[in-house]
Amino acid sequence: MDFSQTHFELFGLPQSYALDRDRLDTAYRELQNTVHPDRFAAQPEAEQRVAMQWATQVNEAYQTLKHAVNRGVYLLKLQGIDAFDAANTKMAPAFLMQQMEWREAIEDARAAKNAAALDALSDDLRAAHRRIEAQLAELIDTAHDFAAASEAVRQLRFMDKLIAEVGDVYEELES
Amino acid sequence: MALLQIAEPGMTTAPHQHRLAVGIDLGTTNSLVATVRSGLAVVLDDESGHSLLPSVVRYCASGDVEVGYAAQAAQNSDPHNAIASVKRFMGRGIADIDDIASLPYRFVDAPGMVQLKTAAGVKSPVEVSAEILKVLRQRAEAALGGELVGAVITVPAYFDDAQRQATKDAAQLAGLNVLRLLNEPTAAAIAYGLDNASEGVYAVYDLGGGTFDISILKLSRGVFEVLSTNGDSALGGDDFDQRIFCWIVEQGRFAPLSAGDMRMLLTKARDAKEALTEHTDVRVTAVLSTGEMMDATLTQAAFNAMTAGLVNKTLAPTRKALRDAGLAVDEVKGVVMVGGSTRMPCIRHAVAGLFKQTPLTNLDPDKVVALGAAMQADVLAGNRAGDDWLLLDVIPLSLGLETMGGLTEKVIPRNTTIPTARAQEFTTFKDGQTAMSVHVLQGERELASDCRSLARFELRGIPPMVAGAARIRVTFQVDADGLLSVAAREQSSGVEASVQVKPSYGLADDDITRMLKDAFTHAKDDMYTRALNEQIVDAQGLIAATRAAMTEDAALLDEAEIVAIEASIAALENLMAGTDHKAIKRGIEALNAATTEFAQRRMDQNVRRAMAGQKLETFG
Repeated sequence: MDFSQTHFELFGLPQSYALDRDRLDTAYRELQNTVHPDRFAAQPEAEQRVAMQWATQVNEAYQTLKHAVNRGVYLLKLQGIDAFDAANTKMAPAFLMQQMEWREAIEDARAAKNAAALDALSDDLRAAHRRIEAQLAELIDTAHDFAAASEAVRQLRFMDKLIAEVGDVYEELES
Repeated sequence: MALLQIAEPGMTTAPHQHRLAVGIDLGTTNSLVATVRSGLAVVLDDESGHSLLPSVVRYCASGDVEVGYAAQAAQNSDPHNAIASVKRFMGRGIADIDDIASLPYRFVDAPGMVQLKTAAGVKSPVEVSAEILKVLRQRAEAALGGELVGAVITVPAYFDDAQRQATKDAAQLAGLNVLRLLNEPTAAAIAYGLDNASEGVYAVYDLGGGTFDISILKLSRGVFEVLSTNGDSALGGDDFDQRIFCWIVEQGRFAPLSAGDMRMLLTKARDAKEALTEHTDVRVTAVLSTGEMMDATLTQAAFNAMTAGLVNKTLAPTRKALRDAGLAVDEVKGVVMVGGSTRMPCIRHAVAGLFKQTPLTNLDPDKVVALGAAMQADVLAGNRAGDDWLLLDVIPLSLGLETMGGLTEKVIPRNTTIPTARAQEFTTFKDGQTAMSVHVLQGERELASDCRSLARFELRGIPPMVAGAARIRVTFQVDADGLLSVAAREQSSGVEASVQVKPSYGLADDDITRMLKDAFTHAKDDMYTRALNEQIVDAQGLIAATRAAMTEDAALLDEAEIVAIEASIAALENLMAGTDHKAIKRGIEALNAATTEFAQRRMDQNVRRAMAGQKLETFG
């Protein structure tokens, strides 16, 4: 296993935030088909161990590239930047305001047990998530503005948390 | 993919010999064994033509053990010693069993896993399960006419690490080589998916005797990718029986029941439930040993009303699994029903309502898991020739550690594809701290005390430093069986300490050895001969595989490396001429170690070839 290889190189993909998801999925399946421990279950232990290490690495790489936040964090890390560095927590006030409004809207929907409001909110959050992803692709792939990209990654993680909170409220309403 | 079939030949001297492998569905209520014969998965029957083996084990004072129908028949007359639904106690402590008061067994509290007092002594649920597995192993060996190379054992997808480890221990105790622990819904998906050559997203709703699982899978070009799973490992048909049981007791205004009467009424309850699958009402009559009687009619409507809460308890995890997969109901192409309990009309109705489509029930819900497991066993044993499918499964519950203040720090989130590994760094909080306690947890809750405790261990020998200076890296590795191992290492000063743990709910290796010894002193089988034979067969397989690999990929080795591997082979062959099975085992380990680097190079080569083909496809 070549640990100096990037996750992008592993899957034969260009190093960019914009992602051809079909190509990633196809390459992932092809690699797992090759290295998965199930392919070596009847083989000597040495081969089984190597298979587990490889399959673990391929899963890790796939999870990193597939996930919007993780892919951003990873690309910035390749640039030597830690997006969640404690000294680097700048966040646009407008975004923070919007956050608070969303959070209040979730709380209102919860209190009113209003599933329709939750559905609408969920759509809004996902749309906002997609917008930030598009910005991030622009910032990393074209503008190479990694400071702004770090902030966008942090925003995306906020969005993930909000979406998870909506899921928790759904669960509460269902129980 | 044909390019990649480098691994197949060589394990046996006759490469095309069919290797006997089975799939076992170790169920709460019934267990089955299946195999692939002439390309077709079939369930293996016993001599009387029964395919189901009731998962009931009876321990007699004489030391005899009955398994299956005989044990089931003795449940009413011998309730303490005829143990049913033991799967519910696997990897569980006494506090985990909600309805302990209404069970006729004599439970013994033990660290980790509860035990049961029987006429033949105190038995662990692992030992009881092993008795069921032994019977299935014997059934398979008799039907197939030879020793098994291995078995795929199914477990509920929602089983936690302790329950999985307990299942694997039981298989080992029954003398089975576990090729893989396979999640029951995934096994069912194989049986269904390959039958229907399907593509797209499927939900598998699996309600068994004592467990409920929901898995969402994506099928694409021979790959079964589990997107999410959820469930309840203490919810099943038994709970529906329990509701009817309570109704019977209420109808009869019965006083506290004897263990025998309790067992008898539970059987009545189950019969009534089964009758309601076909009929709109059922007459229930019972006469207790005290002479008390009841006679009443249970309607399907009344049954549905008393079990509506249970049905809902399956729908909440189902919605959650969909959300975790990021899917809406209308993106699910089909819903597969698995487990005997999905015969209940109320279940079919509720599932159809949620998914807005009629669920698929064309395969026998009692057999589909065993059939899928047999198909996977056939693949893992290396009997298939390149048209294999691939399973990518997930862990059902997050894995983490206890941190300061009794909180849970998640290290691997639920629904992560396995195998997987994650590391987390921790530090000391006191000056001069030389030891650190690591508490491994599984579950979704924030408080450590609300999660399942899997293991505790101490990392000692940390060099004294100021608080916060030590860097302790804790690594979690989950293998393809979904089993966890944890290692911790202090690395700031170059001083290293590491420890490997097995979850505390599983049995220690010493326990297994002791139980194997116990089992074999009573049997004709001589444990020593068996162990020696096993090691010799393993060694032969390893040498053949190594030679085949060296012939195929000689270019990957230099002269000195070839000499070194040949020396290890010669040393092992020398040991095989003797009778010391432990020495042969060490020889096998030595040869495995000597070929690790070679195995890595071969894998690198496979990956290069696969990805080269990939690029041609993409750009070509």
